Amino acid sequence: MPAAFAIIWLTFVLSAAAQPLDERARAIARQLMCPVCEGQTVAESSSELAAQMRTTIKVMLEQGRGREEILAYFARRYGESILAAPPKRGFNLIAWVGPFAVLLFGMGLAILTVMRWTRPRRQKVEL
Amino acid sequence: MLATLAAVLAVLGLAVARERPPWSAPLVGRTAPDFSLQLFDGRTLRLSALRGRVVVVNFWASWCTACKQESPILQWAWQAYGPQGVVLVGINVWDLRDDALAMIREFGKTYPNGPDPSGKILQDYGVTGIPETFFIDRAGRIVRKHLGPVTRELLATQLEVLLTGTEP
Repeated sequence: MPAAFAIIWLTFVLSAAAQPLDERARAIARQLMCPVCEGQTVAESSSELAAQMRTTIKVMLEQGRGREEILAYFARRYGESILAAPPKRGFNLIAWVGPFAVLLFGMGLAILTVMRWTRPRRQKVEL
Repeated sequence: MLATLAAVLAVLGLAVARERPPWSAPLVGRTAPDFSLQLFDGRTLRLSALRGRVVVVNFWASWCTACKQESPILQWAWQAYGPQGVVLVGINVWDLRDDALAMIREFGKTYPNGPDPSGKILQDYGVTGIPETFFIDRAGRIVRKHLGPVTRELLATQLEVLLTGTEP
């Protein structure tokens, strides 16, 4: 059983490494937001800057730089807002944790309210 | 439950306080990325060779109206502050060579200007639009990034600060 897992894992790793350069470049471009566009990734945008960024990604891959290094290069220059998926730390934690915290709070509030409604009320006793 | 929410907010607050806010200009305060610029006149300019001097790097294009608006001001700054050791570098981006040369002639730009056809320098500087101007101190650190056309007042104030450490 562990051998089967090892083979699957090795196949996955080797296929990722053997991905053609263009495909790897496209995958990275999809993880970067175009800095001069509205809601488009570098892969989708037809702006000149996005085209230049796609070329830069390819050149960096050819130089043997990895995905993380390339994303970090752009994030250092354009800020982390350029990342399509913000990293799970610092200010960006709000984007990741915020919705869950609000959901949790809302659910708690709803449960409390329902409990209060369904609690049997004490009858007033007139003396 | 309120205590849990307060704890989550406190953790977020701490994490945020330790980080540089995402809206701040990422390169300000850092060493200016080095570049080698092939100038229109054939010479080559390397930024690292200018260490020890105040440098103003301006990104521009001939089709950009705001770039035209600031051109006489940049030329004025070059003439006024060049003798004091300030170096002005114009980096022409997203443009055609002939159009860029025509604009250099039109405004009588005499400071070093060169094209960045691959966009390597503009990406190294995180440029998102033009004109964009970077002020670099004698230690080679970016002290200010200005978006949009520069004014005479802005240039004078910033350059006086960089040259003398005091505002005019």
